[in-house]
Amino acid sequence: MTTMFDVGNKIAAKAVQLCRPEVIAAYPITPQTVIVEELARMVEAGELTAEYLRVESEHSVMAATCSAASMGVRTFTATSSQGLAFMHEMLHWASLSRLPIVMINVNRTLGPGWSIWVDDTDSMSQRDTGWIQLYCSSAQEIFDTVIQSFKLAEHRDVQLPVMINYSAFTISHTMMPAEVLSQEQVDSFLPPFKPYWRLDWRNPVTFGNVLSDEYHMEKRYTMQQGMERAKQLIPEIAREYEQRFGRFHGGLIEEYRADDAEYLLLAVSAVGSEAKVAVDNLRAMGYKVGLGRVRVVRPFPDEELRRLGKGRSLIALDRNISVGSGGIVYHETRSAVLGVAGCKVYGYLCGVGGRDVTYEDIEGMALKVIKGEMHPDVVGWWDLKTAGGN
Amino acid sequence: MERYEADTTLSYPCIAAAGKTGGWRDFKPVIDHANCIKCLRCWAYCPENAVKRAEDDSVSIDYDFCKGCGVCAHECPKKAIAMERED
Repeated sequence: MTTMFDVGNKIAAKAVQLCRPEVIAAYPITPQTVIVEELARMVEAGELTAEYLRVESEHSVMAATCSAASMGVRTFTATSSQGLAFMHEMLHWASLSRLPIVMINVNRTLGPGWSIWVDDTDSMSQRDTGWIQLYCSSAQEIFDTVIQSFKLAEHRDVQLPVMINYSAFTISHTMMPAEVLSQEQVDSFLPPFKPYWRLDWRNPVTFGNVLSDEYHMEKRYTMQQGMERAKQLIPEIAREYEQRFGRFHGGLIEEYRADDAEYLLLAVSAVGSEAKVAVDNLRAMGYKVGLGRVRVVRPFPDEELRRLGKGRSLIALDRNISVGSGGIVYHETRSAVLGVAGCKVYGYLCGVGGRDVTYEDIEGMALKVIKGEMHPDVVGWWDLKTAGGN
Repeated sequence: MERYEADTTLSYPCIAAAGKTGGWRDFKPVIDHANCIKCLRCWAYCPENAVKRAEDDSVSIDYDFCKGCGVCAHECPKKAIAMERED
């Protein structure tokens, strides 16, 4: 094991290389471009044996990735924001085909106004496409999650694509150290991909044929079962990884000082790591605050939240908005904990569109709840410059 | 043939999964054997494999599966296949 000190995107590319993808389709978009550039360099330098496809759009990226995966090979791609939105149709195609594609999406604000800064709405708005969604808070977590994700996606009981998400710039372009495994270590953890179906002229099948209405609901049911199984397998694979290599970032939710907490912050990605500092400071002030860093948004960790929510106030910090509804983690959490004794769910929209969310902001949001200045039914707009904010 | 253990929509080749598709036909190819030169273009071009070839290279239409697309009539260099409206 060696230590690598680089930006999140380069460490992500290193992990992808070690997973031996056979086909990578790519179209550049800030802030993920560094990943596919680094993978292109590796292919050119002979450090990675893969077919590298430069195609004309993100829709074609996903079409090419689906096609390659249909031939039974391990595939990878990366995107962000408008690029992910452009893939939307093919995201459904990938999951309905049960293709274990792994893709990194670096969370970036959707335009207009044009922006490259972090906002989680790009991936959260794709949450109904049948992709497993994981959210990472550090370069180390990205490295470990990429390797675990191929194993998860390719598991017989799952067979679903995985989208790994992390924050633009605060994680993608920030230099951080990461312990990097050797090729032998990764090979011993992640066996070669064995497809459960593939297009093969020696055993011809037609894929994507007309399917009568007699069978569609059943196909969705098996996908839902795959997601339910993933709820068990994500922590299991993470624990297996810990046993082998000594690192664990949490199961579906990473709990931080949560055991005796009366208030539990919920956040993903960069806000999730920043919240640890806020929790330490609030604890020093005498408030029993903890953190549940949500690592998995699909499948949504309902059972975990019901356990964590018992007798507590949950405070969801959403750097995303489903306009007309509100923060997506807030609303899904409210739905999950409905009827849980003594559980209140508070929600804030913060840093939407990329504004910084510092530990001081998070302390401020928590303190308003603690002091009884927030109502669970009314979502707060933190630091809003126009009337109506908190 | 290997059957895949996948929870997705795969179709395996078999005869007439959709039934006798000849019933879809509006126009029916009728071969004038007096003009046929046995070039086999109709047999080669038929997208449904509904033109049958005999040992002596004479051709016939399998009306159970011919959908009446007219490709055979279009390709015939001797205009020996007529497309006649079905009753």
